[in-house]
Amino acid sequence: MKVLMKGNEAVAEAAVRGGCRAFFGYPITPQNEIPEYLSRRLPEVGGCFIQAESEVSAINMVYGAAAAGARAMTSSSSPGISLKQEGISYICGAELPCVIVNMVRGGPGLGGIQPAQSDYFQTVKGGGHGDYHMLVYAPNTVQEAVNIMYDAFDKADAYRMPVMILGDGMIGQIMEAVELPPIKDPANFPKKDWATDGTGVGKDRRIVNSLYIEPDVLEEVNHRLFARYDELKKNETRYEEFMCDDAEIVLVAYGTVARIAKSAVSELRAKGIKAGLIRPITLYPFPSEAINAIAAKDCVKSFITTELSMGQMIEDVKLAVNGLKPVDFYGRTGGNVMTPEDLVNYVLNKEDK
Amino acid sequence: MAVVFEKTNMLTETPFHYCPGCTHGIAHRLVAECLQELGVEGNVIGIAPVGCAVFAYNYFNCDMQQAAHGRAPAVATGAKRTNPDKVVFAYQGDGDLASIGTAEIIHAAARGENITVIFINNAIYGMTGGQMAPTTLLGQKSTTSQAGRSVALNGNPIKVCEMLATLDGPSYIARCALSDTANVNKAKKAIKKAFENQIAGKGFAMVELLSSCPTNWGMTPTQAVDFVKEEMTKVFPLGVYKDIDKE
Repeated sequence: MKVLMKGNEAVAEAAVRGGCRAFFGYPITPQNEIPEYLSRRLPEVGGCFIQAESEVSAINMVYGAAAAGARAMTSSSSPGISLKQEGISYICGAELPCVIVNMVRGGPGLGGIQPAQSDYFQTVKGGGHGDYHMLVYAPNTVQEAVNIMYDAFDKADAYRMPVMILGDGMIGQIMEAVELPPIKDPANFPKKDWATDGTGVGKDRRIVNSLYIEPDVLEEVNHRLFARYDELKKNETRYEEFMCDDAEIVLVAYGTVARIAKSAVSELRAKGIKAGLIRPITLYPFPSEAINAIAAKDCVKSFITTELSMGQMIEDVKLAVNGLKPVDFYGRTGGNVMTPEDLVNYVLNKEDK
Repeated sequence: MAVVFEKTNMLTETPFHYCPGCTHGIAHRLVAECLQELGVEGNVIGIAPVGCAVFAYNYFNCDMQQAAHGRAPAVATGAKRTNPDKVVFAYQGDGDLASIGTAEIIHAAARGENITVIFINNAIYGMTGGQMAPTTLLGQKSTTSQAGRSVALNGNPIKVCEMLATLDGPSYIARCALSDTANVNKAKKAIKKAFENQIAGKGFAMVELLSSCPTNWGMTPTQAVDFVKEEMTKVFPLGVYKDIDKE
C-alpha cells in the first residue's frame, strides 16, 4: 500500500525499517523533519534519539555508537555537513559503518535554504582530511530515497564505511506516494566481532582507532581502504540510462535534476532531436565506464552536464569521457532550479550554432 | 610469602610511554584498580583522547575507542546510549576537555549523561611539546607564552569543576591532586565514587586530577609534584564541588 509522505519523513521511516536504532543530529533547514520524526519514532522501537549540542558532537556520537556496534546515523544540510567533516574523516579512518544524510542547500557560507547540488566536491572528493571515500547515493525520487536508505546500513556494514545519501532540498521537502518496505529484523544483521561493545578483555579486547604512528602501518591501512573502494567500484556502481541507444546529445544529471532532464529529453525527442540521459545513482563510485562506453559510440555528438551548481560533477564526466566528445554545462544556482524548457532551449540554441 | 601489592588486571602488559615523573601512570592505575574492585571487567568501554593519553587504548584492559580531539564526551555518549548496561568512561587532558572540547563536556554534563570522565589537568599541552593550555597558571611559562601567561594577552585559567558544578546534570564533581600518597588515596576514592555513581545510574560524574608534567614544565619530578601541591592547588582548590548524595 502506498502512502503519501514528505521526503524527509519517508527517509526517516526507511532508516528505522532498515535497522537504524540510534540517531544524533542538530537542527538545520531543510532536513528538520528527519530528526523530528525520529525523535518520536526511535523510542517506539527501543532506539535512541539525541539532539546534540552541535553537528560536531552529533557525528562524534555516531562514531561512539557505531564503534560500539549500533546502526547509527545523522542527517544535516550543507553548512552542518561541513562541521561533520572532521568526524567523517575519523569514521573512515576507524572503518566504522554509519549513514549520513545531506539534504543539500545552496552555499558557500550560510548560502540559502533552497535546493542545490553544490556539495558534490565535498562529498565525493573528500571533504575531510586524508585519503578516503564514502559510498555516495543520489536518489531522484522519494521512493528511490526510501529504497536506498532501507539498504544503506547493510552496505555500510558490508564495507565498514559510511554511506552518504546526497539529497537536496527538493527530495527532502517534496511529498510523493511511497511503498514502505517491511521492518528488518535486527537478529539477521551481521555480527560485528570488531565492535567495542564493552565485552572485550585481554586478547579479546577490541580497539577502534584511526591513529597509526608507524608510516608503514598507515600506508598499509590506506591500501586496505582503497582495496575496499575497488570492490565498491566493481559491485556497487549504479546508474540509469534513458534513451541513450541512438542518442546524439547525452545529458548527464543526478538527483532531482535528473527528473527535469528526463522531461527535457522527452520534449527534445518530440521535436525530433535525439537526446538521451545518463543518471548516476552512485556518485562514488562514479559510473565512469558506462559514460565512457556511451562517449565511444559513433552516434553520440556531445554531452551536456546539468547541475544545481557552477559545475562540479562535470569534472568527473569529463574524466570519464576522456576527450572523446565535447562536454558542455548548464547549471542554475542560489536555490534556483531549471525547468525542462530551460534545458530544451539550451540544447536548441546549441544546435543552432 | 604474603602478596602485598599486585598489578591490576584492568591494565594490559604494555609498558606506559609516559615521561619519568608524569602522573598519567598513577591516574591510569587508579582508574584500572577502581574498575577491577567494582567487578566490572568485561563490561567496560573506555574512550581515549587526543593528547599524551592518546595511547590509553593500549593500556586499559577493556574495549577502547580513540576519539577526535575534545570529542570524547560525545563519543562516550554514543557508546553509552546504545549500551546502557556497560560502564563507559572518557579519559581527557586539559587541552582536550577544557579548550577544544568545552561544548562536548558542558553538554554531556548538562544532559546528566551517565558516564564517568577522568580529567587530567597538568596546565600544559604535553604531547605537542609544552604549549599554553586553558589551565596554564598566570605567569607560567610555556612555548606559546614564553614570558609567562598574562591576563591581558591570554585571559585567566579555566576552572572546569567550578563551571560544571553550576549545572543540574552532574551527580558528582571533584578535584584531587596526584601530588603525594595521601592525595593519591583521596583521588582513588573520588574515582571509585564517580564509577559507582554511573553503575547506580546517578548520572554524569567527573574527577579532575591535578597532574605533573616535569618534561614540559622544565622541572625535576619532585619539583613538579611540589608545583602541583604548592601552586596549582591555589588556583584550582581541591575538594568536592558537587555530590547529589549530600544535597
